Amino acid sequence: MSTLIIKHKETARLRPLLRLILQRLGLGFGTLLAASLLIFVGTEILPGDLASAVLQNSATPESLAEMRKELGLDRPAYVRYAEWLGNVAVGDFGHSLASHRDVVEEITPRLKNTVFLAVYAALLAVPLAIVLGLMAAIWQGGIYDRLVNFVTLLTISVPEYLVGYILIKYLSVRYAWFPSLANVTPDTPFGDRLVLTFLPVLTLTLVVVAHMMRMTRASVLNIMASPYIEMAFLKGLPKWQVVVRHAFPNALAPIINVIALNLAYLIVGVVVVEAVFVYPGLGQLMVDAVSKHDVPVVQAAGLIFAAAFILLNMTADILAIVSNPRLRHPR
Amino acid sequence: MRLFGHRVTILAMLGMAVIIINLVAAIGAPWIAPWDQAEIVGDAWGDPDADHVYVPLMGLDNLGRDLFSRLIYGARMSIGLSFIITCLSFAIGITTGFTAAVLKGWVDTALSRLVDLLLSMPTLIFAFIILSVLGTELPVLIVTIAILDSTKVFRLSRALAMNLAALEYVEVARVRGEGLWWVIRKEILPNAMAPLIAEFGLRFSFAFLFIAALSFLGLGIQPPDADWGSMVRDYRDMINLDSTAPLYPAGAIALLTIGVNFVVDWMLAIHSRSHGDG
Repeated sequence: MSTLIIKHKETARLRPLLRLILQRLGLGFGTLLAASLLIFVGTEILPGDLASAVLQNSATPESLAEMRKELGLDRPAYVRYAEWLGNVAVGDFGHSLASHRDVVEEITPRLKNTVFLAVYAALLAVPLAIVLGLMAAIWQGGIYDRLVNFVTLLTISVPEYLVGYILIKYLSVRYAWFPSLANVTPDTPFGDRLVLTFLPVLTLTLVVVAHMMRMTRASVLNIMASPYIEMAFLKGLPKWQVVVRHAFPNALAPIINVIALNLAYLIVGVVVVEAVFVYPGLGQLMVDAVSKHDVPVVQAAGLIFAAAFILLNMTADILAIVSNPRLRHPR
Repeated sequence: MRLFGHRVTILAMLGMAVIIINLVAAIGAPWIAPWDQAEIVGDAWGDPDADHVYVPLMGLDNLGRDLFSRLIYGARMSIGLSFIITCLSFAIGITTGFTAAVLKGWVDTALSRLVDLLLSMPTLIFAFIILSVLGTELPVLIVTIAILDSTKVFRLSRALAMNLAALEYVEVARVRGEGLWWVIRKEILPNAMAPLIAEFGLRFSFAFLFIAALSFLGLGIQPPDADWGSMVRDYRDMINLDSTAPLYPAGAIALLTIGVNFVVDWMLAIHSRSHGDG
């Protein structure tokens, strides 16, 4: 009888959690829709429209009108938005204005490269940040802790290109340990790829690791103030064991949250790092498209970046709900 | 050393020194720089021709201009532009944020949702989308970055004003029949000043890094104006010849950002101390 009641309570407790998660998923989808609207409005309704962007200086009133008709710009905006969104939903982003190739064809290899770079960087940065953060928490107030704090304060304000060019100058030009150009092609073997992209990955890692490890340290130290930690100390456990076995698992939730948010930051970092190492990724493609006013490519790349950003933010949100009992029981 | 009745930390002093040096360089560029920013004084990456008293500290650049002189002129463009952008973003952000907090109701909801919408995408990506249509003229850059940046100012000033607007003296002023603008200017703004000044520093370094990143990508300030981001871009190929050229402007960007952050950290610390546990 009593187990039955407990079981009932369990499901009753889980249901609002599930609803909250579904709510977040719905919210994420809504945000993505809003972002698509923003991208569309940004590229098509602003005063300098697509037709004048394509024609540039050679625009005469007649050629403008003709180009508008050709691009379908003479129809009302909401019709064009619905049409664009419908096409996007089935994976049709139209044709590039610069190369006249299919946008999806143009983007797919670039996107693969960027995802490779981002995942590689995340795999390196996340464990590194956690280990360094735990070490700083164990030796809190010591020389290591203070040194790490100072260095992270510095790296947080340093732009990616400075880190990148310093790495190129010393690790690549002077000592020739790594190649300075990450010029991968679709048939570069996996092993070579890891070496070619090592410097860009290291740059990204150095830039995001600082913030992640500071938050790891702060979350662990926050838990260290709780009574059960004092209990563990009173049992006579060594400090590293208290930190790693008692404090860290309980600090994991806020840490995961911070990691997800920082990975969202990686998206912007990727654009600059790709430019530094001339890496054929989505960021480079988007920058080129912006300077060439190639609106369909800009829209597609922008939507992909926005989707990744929203997805990571949503993941952070959901993880925060799952891990925080106070958020699990909304009043 | 004490400043405004607060002890100044060593890091804050370092930060202030960096900021002052940069400001002096920016304002006094024509008098300090040995050559003009566009003046070609020798061969590319070579030595200056003719007789000269001044030995180029950092050598000549890709077009034979003096790198050090361009760095000094670059301070003017990079800092001046970021300052204008930050001022504009504060004007927009504070006005809308305070208005939302004081009026509440649908005005608040509408403004907050609009800001949520703008923040649903990474700022750099959103800026790309605007620049792809409008091009990279200076006014476009300034307004775009200022509007994107003002979303953060809006959130802070709205939160600050929400707390202040609930206080009795603001209530009294409103009951007395003072107008919206008067309440914002006389009752709310003076009391929100301290956190807003620290935020100004943060927003400035954001705008500064942002415009530098855009210029580095070739989508920001266009030649012939010297600015640090484009200088990194212009000199980047030299890194493969073991030259230090691109590291000077990149280092200047980092140095100023670090300096500003040191001062902001100090200001936030004294602010939290005077409001927190004493």
